[in-house]
Amino acid sequence: MAAVENTLFSPQTAARFDKLVTLYPIKRSALVPMLLYAQDEVGYVSDEVVAEIAKRLDLLELDVRNVLSYYSMLRTKPAGKYNVQVCTNISCMLRGGYELLDHCKSTLGIGHKGVTADGMFSLEEVECIGACCWAPAVQVNYDFHDDLTPAKLDAVLETYREGRGTDVH
Amino acid sequence: MPRLVSHPDEVKVLSRRFGQGAAEIDKYIELDGYKAVQKAIESGPEWVINEMKASGLRGRGGAGFPTGMKWSFVPKQSEKPKYVLVNGDESEPGTCKDHIIFLHDPHAVIEGTMIAGLAIGAKMGFIYLRGEYRYLLKIVEKAVADAYAKGILGKNIFGKEGLDFDIVTQTGAGAYEVGEESALMESLEGKRGVPRIKPPFPAVVGLYGGPTVINNAETIASAPHILLMGGEAYAKLGSERNGGTRLFGISGHVERPGVYELPMGYSLRKAIFEVAGGIKDGKKLKAVVPGGSSCPVLKADEIDVGLDFDQMAKAGTMLGSGGIVVLDESVSIVEFALRTINFYQHESCGWCIPCREGTDWLKKTMTRFHAGGGSKKDIDNMQYLAENMLGRTFCPLGDAAAMPMIGFYKKFRSEFEDYVAGARVENPLIEIKPIGEPALIGAAH
Repeated sequence: MAAVENTLFSPQTAARFDKLVTLYPIKRSALVPMLLYAQDEVGYVSDEVVAEIAKRLDLLELDVRNVLSYYSMLRTKPAGKYNVQVCTNISCMLRGGYELLDHCKSTLGIGHKGVTADGMFSLEEVECIGACCWAPAVQVNYDFHDDLTPAKLDAVLETYREGRGTDVH
Repeated sequence: MPRLVSHPDEVKVLSRRFGQGAAEIDKYIELDGYKAVQKAIESGPEWVINEMKASGLRGRGGAGFPTGMKWSFVPKQSEKPKYVLVNGDESEPGTCKDHIIFLHDPHAVIEGTMIAGLAIGAKMGFIYLRGEYRYLLKIVEKAVADAYAKGILGKNIFGKEGLDFDIVTQTGAGAYEVGEESALMESLEGKRGVPRIKPPFPAVVGLYGGPTVINNAETIASAPHILLMGGEAYAKLGSERNGGTRLFGISGHVERPGVYELPMGYSLRKAIFEVAGGIKDGKKLKAVVPGGSSCPVLKADEIDVGLDFDQMAKAGTMLGSGGIVVLDESVSIVEFALRTINFYQHESCGWCIPCREGTDWLKKTMTRFHAGGGSKKDIDNMQYLAENMLGRTFCPLGDAAAMPMIGFYKKFRSEFEDYVAGARVENPLIEIKPIGEPALIGAAH
């Protein structure tokens, strides 16, 4: 039985939250994972998400926002269905990361943090994603794509466009 | 999926189960898994700490602090619960070794966490991965669940009455700074990842105020191997005061980039030219950033040095996280330096002024410099600014930003001077920002 009435989330996510708050010595420890899982489901951390998470953790909304604004993966506006994150940090830079970023900008017709008109893709230039030895690397939502070239990336994006793309849930 | 690489010079200790399906618990057990922790239970905490000390294992996160000694600092008696914290927030550019451990051998991390717990008297451990590693979290979560199902984790582990150990796994949400030990604890407590002032050190007052051992994932995953082979045997694999082997991630302009397990003290030149197959497309080597982006650069003629903490320090740089980034002759150091400082400016948590302002002004000045609006005085100013950040911040992020910049200004000064004289990057990768642009706009990422 949830301590807080669930208004926003699917039963699975609500159940996950109920479990999360019991795992740690203090409830508040569940905050960062909860924000991520909420974003995965809602698409971004909306005002409603902030309010409900604050209630679930007995925090002020201000406390939640304070943490929310710190982490670069958390966003307060919707992204595309598939968020294309291109790493341009040093190892990727040396093997074509910027070329991939420019390629995405021109093929998707959007810039850093832009969203395509159909809502399918958004684009982000990101800092190191921990795939340096398999550079250049791109993450689409949570899924890694390594050793890319513009042509290979086109093929990857096509799989998402056709609904065959891979992701991690 | 990250590809596995191999070279005859590798000494496979930590990586010996890679590619063998050891993420499955039965396979892990078949390959000597969970034997070390049972040995530790039988032999007791003192034996564990002594073996760890004898192994000469030094922290693989980058600082190189002796692990056995770190464990021994935790007080035996404590009113508050003690914790083991595994730092898998791998975020140092050039570093992807923990990635491959979580992928191929997650149970080694679990077993190492249990061993550290036994050594210090903790009943709970946390494995914290960076937010981008969601697929790896799934792998680790499954491994933890399988260990619970087999009675390896939970209450009365291995059927021993009163012996409990729990593990909680989670990820961060995108923050380099959280890789700093005290910032990681803040994050795990549901707060912004800003560092804590030290002392007190985590061994005394750590997570939730309890004594805490925090180790890098690779360090933790090394523990079971050390207990199985014996500390002394492990130490002998490496060089003096630098026991064992280490995962080195070689990236950038090499023919065969990848994560290779090499003995500590192995030649940097051989790592680049033999293990990783030399410079890509037959080009010439220009420079090496030897241990993640925070380490001062080495020039092409400075790579006859052994890959261990002491030899690298003697060479004026650091072994760091073992992420070796190789630059060929085509790279503009001005542009590479700009990319480096852009990262640290983005990741500075803003908690202390020398880092927050220092990284920002370095970025602004470098942006203008890269655009062609630099002067000779800028080079001196930037070096002076970076030198004055050193040692003046709560956590090492300020140093991590300053050290590589100082390295670029000192070792490649002529390249900066040529830039002032009109030399330019032929095909700039980083967008040239108009010189007259207000500084604050130039700083926004």
